[in-house]
Amino acid sequence: MATKIWDDHVVAAREGEPHLLYVDLHLVHEVTSPQAFEGLRLNKRRVRRPELTIATMDHDVPTFGGRAAADEVAERQMSALEENCRQEGIRLYGMGNARQGIVHVIGPELGLTQPGMLIVCGDSHTSTHGAFGALAFGIGTSEVEHVLATQCLRQRRPKTMAVTVEGALPLGVTAKDVALGIIASIGVEGGRGYVLEYRGSTIRGLSMEGRMTICNMTIEGGARAGMIAPDETTFAYLKGREYAPASDRWDRSVDRWRAFASDRDAIFDREIRIDAGRLEPYVTWGTNPGQSVPVSGSVPAPSTETDERALTYMALQPGTAIEAIAIDRVFIGSCTNARLEDLRVAASVVRGHRVHPKVRAMVVPGSASVKRQAEAEGLDALFRQAGFEWRDAGCSMCLGMNPDILGPGERCASTSNRNFEGRQGRGGRTHLVSPPMAAAAAIAGHLVDVREFN
Amino acid sequence: MKPFTRVTGILAPLDRENVDTDQIIPKQFLKRIERTGFGPFLFYDWRRDGDFILDKPAYRDAAVLVTGANFGCGSSREHAPWSLLDAGFRVVIAPSFGDIFKSNSFRCGLLPVELPDPAVRKLINLGLQEPGTKVSVDLVDQRLAATGFEAAFEIDAFFRECLVNGWDEVALTLRHEADIARYEARQASTLVARS
Ligand code: SF4
Repeated sequence: MATKIWDDHVVAAREGEPHLLYVDLHLVHEVTSPQAFEGLRLNKRRVRRPELTIATMDHDVPTFGGRAAADEVAERQMSALEENCRQEGIRLYGMGNARQGIVHVIGPELGLTQPGMLIVCGDSHTSTHGAFGALAFGIGTSEVEHVLATQCLRQRRPKTMAVTVEGALPLGVTAKDVALGIIASIGVEGGRGYVLEYRGSTIRGLSMEGRMTICNMTIEGGARAGMIAPDETTFAYLKGREYAPASDRWDRSVDRWRAFASDRDAIFDREIRIDAGRLEPYVTWGTNPGQSVPVSGSVPAPSTETDERALTYMALQPGTAIEAIAIDRVFIGSCTNARLEDLRVAASVVRGHRVHPKVRAMVVPGSASVKRQAEAEGLDALFRQAGFEWRDAGCSMCLGMNPDILGPGERCASTSNRNFEGRQGRGGRTHLVSPPMAAAAAIAGHLVDVREFN
Repeated sequence: MKPFTRVTGILAPLDRENVDTDQIIPKQFLKRIERTGFGPFLFYDWRRDGDFILDKPAYRDAAVLVTGANFGCGSSREHAPWSLLDAGFRVVIAPSFGDIFKSNSFRCGLLPVELPDPAVRKLINLGLQEPGTKVSVDLVDQRLAATGFEAAFEIDAFFRECLVNGWDEVALTLRHEADIARYEARQASTLVARS
């Protein structure tokens, strides 16, 4: 599938040079774009296809108190984006807009993300969009500038890896756990140089939300892009969305999209298989997403210097049961796990309980639209009554560029994607988990097996 | 971009694996809207902890960083190579790099050199045992040398050309205007909102 989409986008291919590829959708946000627009101006260049470029604000927007709560520098980035979009005629879903949200949540939600597309964004989790059978990957600011100016990108063809997941997911095991399980099995470098194609009955059985969670985490295994063949689930999700093809073009589009799926006899450079029945809810104990164990397990003995460093940073003793680890904070949010389905599952765990008195817990919807829908279902009231903070859409404590951060030494159960040192705040300690696991931890006050909760 | 041909400079060892871009430049410094000025924030959190190796006087003017596998994994922020450049580094040597970091480095003039584990180990030890030791990195001949150490390295031919000549990649692509226009005529990508 990656090969078909790639070939469909080659603008120029010279012997020995990286291919020049055409970009169908370029997503832009406030943090990695200002220098790119500046570069354009310095070189007296304009945006080639402003109508294929969509901008939003997500990384450093405040999730409480509105725009007035933004610090001076964040405000500067937001106004820079507004000005750049205005000058270049780029559609911007900025703060306060009904369509604003985390770039990887709104792309699919608006129907911008479609099968067979080549999608880029100055953000590593662009891999999320691969859930629709698009080839989607993160780029740096110089490349953002290149795409703005030329609508093209120069890339070397990646290798392909098939990741087949078969079987029914055990109770309490979510797409997030599948993703953590895959990373644990290939390692944080295992995907480097590859595009991953996820397939098999488990993947087919997942909702689009679940598929996005898995593709989102692809970068944590070192691969830039992960993808899933489009099928009826994909089409049903897309139909009727704002940017999806209108009814007169719908059937033709679906036929075209279907053709991008890998052929039955497609050959991959590498293949791995995962048995879904053996997966469990995972918890990371270290400082990279590959350092995880089942929640029923315990903190492992370090086998490398990296492990040792991680344990010291996380202040954990080998042999401690995961469930014995007390937490201070809970974050339900991020482009990995802040879609409506994630909030619903978390809410179902929370119902009838209260957040542990020692825990500060927060829900940050992935987009303004997720927030509205959740409120229409009464999820906000449920979370609030249980003692959760209910925030506005944004990246928030996934990377802590706004005031939502961990204090030094604070320990957090988080539904985000990175447990790097200091990611959620300097000295903060992150345990990556699924939304139901995060919800259960908030109530118990420590990491807990959601399968035995209630 | 400044052409990159040869660089001789002090070797600084950072003996860690999986150094992610959040470590290289923590997010609170991503709010600038310029490409420069990030140097003082390089490895900020580690520096604040005190006793950080790169703060030792012998490494203060280093231009070549040697480090462990998977350097620059994580976020796509180009601020990571910018901060290294701004702090005076021109070359990073490691057994492997995060994909996006590597591509970003090429594009902003920081040279990522991949060497096998044993060679990297030797260089790290050299840097540790003889603080202030210099290495020269020759991109034209694709060779690297220090006292008692020599190695050849492989590098993507296209990016090597770009670096050696200091080419602007956008300008190169704009020469393909005819190809791009032809593609657009054939594949008219469109995105139309219905409301
Ligand atoms: S939610 Fe986190 S990972 Fe996703 S785009 Fe925002 S900062 Fe990046």
